[in-house]
Amino acid sequence: MMTDLFTLLIIIAKILVILVPVLLSVAYLTYAERKVIGYMQARVGPNRVGFLGLGQPIADALKLLFKEMIIPSASNPVLFLFAPILAIAPALAAWAVIPFADGWVLANVNAGVLYLLAITSLGVYSILISGWASNSKYAFFGAMRSAAQVLSYEIAMGFAIVVVLMAADSANLMEIVQHQSGGFWHWYWLPLLPIFVVYFISGVAETNRHPFDMAEGESEIVAGFHVEYSGMAFACFFLGEYANIILICAVVTTFFFGGWLSPFQGIPLLGNLLAFVPGVIWFVLKTWFFMFVFLWIRATFPRYRYDQIMRLGWKILIPITILWIVVVGLAIEMRIPPWFT
Amino acid sequence: MYIESLVFVVFSVMLIGSALAMIVSRNTIYSALFLVACFVASSVLWLLLEAEFLALILIFVYVGAVMTLFLFVVMLLNMDIVSHEKGAFVRYLPVGIVLMLGMLALMMYVISPTHFAVLTSVQHPADYSNIKALGAVLYTQYAYPVEVTSVILLVAIIAAVSLAARHKGNRRSQNIDVQLAATKGDRLQVLKMPSEKFSGASDIGGPEQPARGE
Repeated sequence: MMTDLFTLLIIIAKILVILVPVLLSVAYLTYAERKVIGYMQARVGPNRVGFLGLGQPIADALKLLFKEMIIPSASNPVLFLFAPILAIAPALAAWAVIPFADGWVLANVNAGVLYLLAITSLGVYSILISGWASNSKYAFFGAMRSAAQVLSYEIAMGFAIVVVLMAADSANLMEIVQHQSGGFWHWYWLPLLPIFVVYFISGVAETNRHPFDMAEGESEIVAGFHVEYSGMAFACFFLGEYANIILICAVVTTFFFGGWLSPFQGIPLLGNLLAFVPGVIWFVLKTWFFMFVFLWIRATFPRYRYDQIMRLGWKILIPITILWIVVVGLAIEMRIPPWFT
Repeated sequence: MYIESLVFVVFSVMLIGSALAMIVSRNTIYSALFLVACFVASSVLWLLLEAEFLALILIFVYVGAVMTLFLFVVMLLNMDIVSHEKGAFVRYLPVGIVLMLGMLALMMYVISPTHFAVLTSVQHPADYSNIKALGAVLYTQYAYPVEVTSVILLVAIIAAVSLAARHKGNRRSQNIDVQLAATKGDRLQVLKMPSEKFSGASDIGGPEQPARGE
């Protein structure tokens, strides 16, 4: 009994050690987004609060905390308040299986990949429930659009993960990373290049980001599913969305960019010189790179039309993944070096 | 052990409670959400039995995909407005009880120890992989049943698609090839017009011309 309680306390401490940096990153990702897109559009971005505007996310959070939370009188109050919780909980729970460095993982489960798939598939409930509970047609349209979109891209995502499983011969995220060791050219982005692209595109679509943000669609349906939310409830949706972005970037890093492995591994002089850098630094740097790509995409592409989104998901991404399952299967059978020996 | 039994009790109660609430609830959306709660609770129970593959697949397939589609359809058809009749429960109670007793008897017969071998809580080592064990059994011992099931599923998919795509005439869809084949000449026409002269154009209001060179 006492040892059980002690283990529980240690697990809670580990959860805090993971979640506090994640939530801080969420706050500063919003700042980075405004800064990066600002400079891409020849603006300065936020620069008033604190040094270089670094206080901006904190000021925003405080503002949202003190704002009134309005519950529409025609809404369903229970589900209306339940939806924001459902938005943020899966986005944070999925971090349990992400390996930050060799052995730095909260739950080293054998079915880690499946856990990720299962938990991230819960995110669509927050959108559906919030759209329905708001009792507003714009919110409802946003929810319907998003549900259909997330379901479609989940299939491509699932198939992409199947290919990664085949290549790594394991569903454990630590083993998937360890299978990629050997330097930059051994990471899975090269042998699984189409799958890497498909996974990243589906990741952008799953998080309802540009150019797939039909669920929000400011120009058509105001703000989509969270149009009726204000104050902290809105902030929960916001936090959930950005936590999901960081999660997708971390997962892409783990699956295709060698997780905590050093990119200079195997290079004669540089590899030894940089061997002292801890793995978590590489992991964070790679994740930052993909987060930057997310912002870059947002500043570059216009929004898709809805039928184009469906066409891309069903007629292009899913056939590519199915084809690549066969290709990787053959490559594993023929033991093509250096990845499938 | 203590925490494990606590988890078991909590989620069993949740499973039974949400199953009851799903049937009793008059709101269709609530029913669907209670069914989701049922799936989550039973998945936790499976996790306690070390069947992590089944538990996670239950969440991924049923909660993440099937129930989302259910909710989608229920919300789209606005079924929550169709209220149940007040006496519906009482009216169908006799049929329901007969059916329930039949199902109960069937289940008690099938899941009795004589027909359904129950392994009493085997504790596996930490490196035991449920997925690998399941895959090894499914693709060797039960290879033919798996293949037969997958063919049945394929037939079901084809049937569903052909049912949905029956009416060719009244379907409207975008033809992407035509859209991509459109050129500037099809859509844009440049008209030549003689330039018009304003008398004293700078005095009339209107947007001020920016000074050159700044």
